[in-house]
Amino acid sequence: MTYKLEFSALLPYWEDLAAGLWFTIVLTVLSTVVGIAVGTLGASARTFGPKWLAGLVRVYVELIRNTPFIVQLFFIFFGLPALGLKLSETTAAFLAMVINLGAYSTEIIRAGIEAVPKGHIEAGVSLAMSRLEVLRHIVLRQAFAKIYPALSSQIIIVMLGSAVVSQISAPDLTYAANFIQSRNFRAFEVYLVVALIYLVLAIVLRYVLRVIGDRFVKVG
Amino acid sequence: MSDFSLWIIVKNLLWATQWTILLSLIAFVGGGIVGLVLLFLRTSQVKWLEVPTKLYIEFFQGTPLLMQLFLFFFGVALFGIEVSPWMAAGLALTLWTSAFLTEIWRGCVEAIPKGQWEASASVAMNYVEQMRYVILPQAMRIAIAPTVGFSVQVIKGTALASIIGFVELTKAGTMINNATFRPFLVYALVALIYFCLCFPLSWYAKRLEGKLNVAR
Amino acid sequence: MSLVSIRDVRKSYGTVEVLKGVSLEVAKGDVVAIIGRSGSGKSTLLRCINGLETYQFGAILADGIEVGGIHANMRELRRHVGMVFQQFNLFPHLTAAENVMLAPTVVNKTPKKEARAIAAEVLAKVGLSEKMDAYPSQLSGGQQQRVAIARSLAMRPKVLLCDEITSALDPELVNEVLRVVEQLAKEGMTLILVTHEMRFARDVGTNLVFMHHGKVHETGKPKDVFAAPQTPELQQFVGGNG
Repeated sequence: MTYKLEFSALLPYWEDLAAGLWFTIVLTVLSTVVGIAVGTLGASARTFGPKWLAGLVRVYVELIRNTPFIVQLFFIFFGLPALGLKLSETTAAFLAMVINLGAYSTEIIRAGIEAVPKGHIEAGVSLAMSRLEVLRHIVLRQAFAKIYPALSSQIIIVMLGSAVVSQISAPDLTYAANFIQSRNFRAFEVYLVVALIYLVLAIVLRYVLRVIGDRFVKVG
Repeated sequence: MSDFSLWIIVKNLLWATQWTILLSLIAFVGGGIVGLVLLFLRTSQVKWLEVPTKLYIEFFQGTPLLMQLFLFFFGVALFGIEVSPWMAAGLALTLWTSAFLTEIWRGCVEAIPKGQWEASASVAMNYVEQMRYVILPQAMRIAIAPTVGFSVQVIKGTALASIIGFVELTKAGTMINNATFRPFLVYALVALIYFCLCFPLSWYAKRLEGKLNVAR
Repeated sequence: MSLVSIRDVRKSYGTVEVLKGVSLEVAKGDVVAIIGRSGSGKSTLLRCINGLETYQFGAILADGIEVGGIHANMRELRRHVGMVFQQFNLFPHLTAAENVMLAPTVVNKTPKKEARAIAAEVLAKVGLSEKMDAYPSQLSGGQQQRVAIARSLAMRPKVLLCDEITSALDPELVNEVLRVVEQLAKEGMTLILVTHEMRFARDVGTNLVFMHHGKVHETGKPKDVFAAPQTPELQQFVGGNG
């Protein structure tokens, strides 16, 4: 092998990498928060809502879970403007991530809700709590504790999947990598380093999610 | 905007779908074979076999599939080998799939009661024999549902091969869009075709899971 | 010469010592009944003999093979040391006959036809000729345990270890299993049993071992030991068990 690896060729571009990394982190955090809110609403509607709404949520979940994220992203970014809805790269990326995580977390949280014993709901109602109070304090609390590990894994999957938003020129970590390798022609080194940054990010995210889980979500 | 042009779009997308299916099959079968080997290493209780396997799985599960595709596309070329998108996509998707299948299957192996290991050990079977004749036949039953479920992820994963220039369904969609400027229609059709490929598998996986829960 | 020789074996889980220097000699044809409270280390000792548990000090020799030696040795050892478990641990995906045939065909490379003959023979011995093609889920607990005994016998072991083999059974199913074990004892099989069946230990055993706090506390001929226990712990244990 005559090729010599030159990692120093990345050094002049560290600011681009940092900016991309920051974008990826912010995008992940925001879309996680909003995505899980969508999932909570979706799961509640799916289990307690009227039939038509539950059906609608189901179609949404199945559509998203059975199509690739990149196609969803392209549909939102390239397809929606045809309907007069023009979105910036960043907005489109955020929207696609929220819609994607929303569907997965709907399904995950629903499974958690269904695992809550019916007797607990009846107990709450018999204590004169309103339906919404029962949902919030009894059902969702237990449901989240149960499905927290599954939800954490999904958040990490979504973070890694966010690399695809570079394809609509949203300025994330992968976008930075593409930019740098087009300048220094050191594609392998650039992608290896960026892959390892993602790996560290995934490990840190897993750790942070565990700490959050131990602090706020655990029951019993 | 005649129906004729719609028909041409659909025809071209369906033509490209065959490459999505073929790439999925390669990744799934290849990933299954590599995954089975890794499963034996990962559950062997031999430290120097387990640790590298763990690192391998951590890498392929902890980095974006897109990065893996780039690394294979640009990395293999460093060895002086001409890399086609076919080769890079096939390799990357195979290894990516193997990491996930190994972890899924390891969960199934660990669900088999300890007594089965002890009983088979006490009749003098070695590790490979225990796996082959006692553990895997039982683990396979519970592995079918999640394995079928993961095949959906593989099909969706092949969409990323479009980024390194592999002409499959997503890439064909982009090319057709560039020619027709009808992104809404084209990407909706692309999504619909993926849905038709994936939904039956998702549905079947869920049904299998339900059956297994009843049987227990 | 002893068939199984246990010399000053010590084992700890972390800081908890469960075996505190156990020594025991078992000759060919002996039927050794090990009794004691739960947590006295009796099951652990039994599991050490065929290497399901490791120990930190001392030595165990079974049929001249050092337990805990290199891998190939363990295989040789386990071919000669059979084990029957409290929870049967039959392979649920195989029929009774297949359960019995598996180790002979896989480990000893016995031809299928011959293995089938062995299965027929050992299943007849435990009184289950009719059930050769039944799956474990179709058998009662007592029948499952008898298949498990047959599975061990198919390897022609020189010694059979029985770990509380009637404890998981409904009371009315205990006797069918004990009768099989008694028959094996009569035929001269060397047996080491951890058991709660005091009457069985007295009537069938040739040696009795009372374990207490990880040590052999008292040992001797069962009839003598039961008639006149020497230590207050055994007196209390025997008294408590009626």
